[in-house]
Amino acid sequence: MAGHAVELDSKTLWGGKESPFSTSYGKLMMWFFLVSDALTFTGLLIAYGYTRHSAQDAWPIGEETFNSMPFLGHGYPLLYVALMTFILIVSSVTMVLAVEAGHRMDKSGVIKWMIATIIGGFFFVGSQAWEWSHFIHGSEFGKIELADGSQAIVKGHFGEIESFTVLKEGKHLKKGEIVKSDLLHQFQHAAETGKIFRSEAMISNLNNQRNIIAALKKDTTGVPGSAEKAISLKANLISLEKELALIKSKPVTAGVLILHDGSIAKINKKSDEHLMLVTKKSGNTFKVGGEPIKDKKAEELYYGALTEGTANKVVYGANLKQNEYGPQQYGQFFFFITGFHGFHVFSGVVINIIICIGVVLGTYHKRGHYEMIEKTGLYWHFVDLVWVFVFTFFYLI
Amino acid sequence: MLRDDLIEYSLNSHHSEEAGKKIRKKIFLVTILLTSITIVEVLLGAFIHQSSSMWAFVKWTFVALTILKAGYIVMVFMHLGDEKKWMRNVILVPYFLFVAYLIFIALWEALEVGNAFATYGN
Repeated sequence: MAGHAVELDSKTLWGGKESPFSTSYGKLMMWFFLVSDALTFTGLLIAYGYTRHSAQDAWPIGEETFNSMPFLGHGYPLLYVALMTFILIVSSVTMVLAVEAGHRMDKSGVIKWMIATIIGGFFFVGSQAWEWSHFIHGSEFGKIELADGSQAIVKGHFGEIESFTVLKEGKHLKKGEIVKSDLLHQFQHAAETGKIFRSEAMISNLNNQRNIIAALKKDTTGVPGSAEKAISLKANLISLEKELALIKSKPVTAGVLILHDGSIAKINKKSDEHLMLVTKKSGNTFKVGGEPIKDKKAEELYYGALTEGTANKVVYGANLKQNEYGPQQYGQFFFFITGFHGFHVFSGVVINIIICIGVVLGTYHKRGHYEMIEKTGLYWHFVDLVWVFVFTFFYLI
Repeated sequence: MLRDDLIEYSLNSHHSEEAGKKIRKKIFLVTILLTSITIVEVLLGAFIHQSSSMWAFVKWTFVALTILKAGYIVMVFMHLGDEKKWMRNVILVPYFLFVAYLIFIALWEALEVGNAFATYGN
């Protein structure tokens, strides 16, 4: 040990040399910063807990929301976040090994472990990017508002959309043409904007009804024969409404949609498997916390609501205004907490790179100690520490 | 370049090759421990659903395991366990006092707000 003697005498004690904690100024300030940063994250997580406790059953459950793996698809609850946690733990270990190598003045060891830490950090940031992208795009089913006003999230295996067959020509597509590309995107867009219907007959029925209502609204006072005409129009409207009710009473599994160019096409889709609706907002019939609706019944309700031809009945993915997983605040907390943590990881990687360059240049070796590695290491472990809590309170509980 | 107007405390943490071996062994054991805790957590989370009667137990297990994990990270990886006792206290005690209070007050209030929402509507 090349250290100085640390026995105290009155001269060194009051001469400003001695630290009561036997710690350098830099390391102590790093700790103070970390405590304040920890308070920030604590505040965020407690705010999350507050919102969640006040929302109760409507809050989404981690294993339902996060159950996908890259290349493998759905049905792997929490596996991906566990992998992210493991990556971060490993990079924390390589960091502490770099600190240990520094204590032995082993320059090449420090460089080796620092580079490993930086790689781990990049892997973590990349994983988070995938996670965000997946969260924002959402599932194939989305969240649906059912006829009774309740909202449900949908679980199960989405039957692939094979093609659209054009039934009525639009600006570009001809009758009988088959659309084979960008199917899911067009399907979801039509669902969001209320352009999926039970059948072609339903579309013309709705159009006729709209025309009659417009005609009835027109002021026709003084026009001869207008009263008789209004009566026949009303009779027409009633028969159209009856016809619509009949159309709606028949269950559908896909229906028809209006494409971008105004053409009407039939949706050819494989049937879904293990469909299950979990109520997240109570309506007249279905309540939050009730039994999930399954299989045939779920299929009828889901596609019944989807083919109403009404906009905003279904939400796909997430943004700051709405999300398919649960209450609005859920998405906001997800973006803010994991985003703020991800930003910390990113800045940690940048700081590690800068310090690593310093190590390569021999800056710290010349000083006779690698305390700078300890300081950046403290920050890096702190990032891991925060993730441990985010993992538990956001994903597990 | 040694300055005699300040004490390089960091030099005290230098250690030999043998001591390094011991420290690396400890790090390795802690790694195994943290990884196994994570695996246990994921298995519990994936197989025991929130509707299960076991859930309350599982939830508190998660909290306990998380604090255990955090303890190992702070004490071993961040070397707070090797610092002087009062430095440890200065960092941990004010933080825990404040956080315990905040958790209590916020969650208690939230449950009441939730009940009010349930009774009177949002």
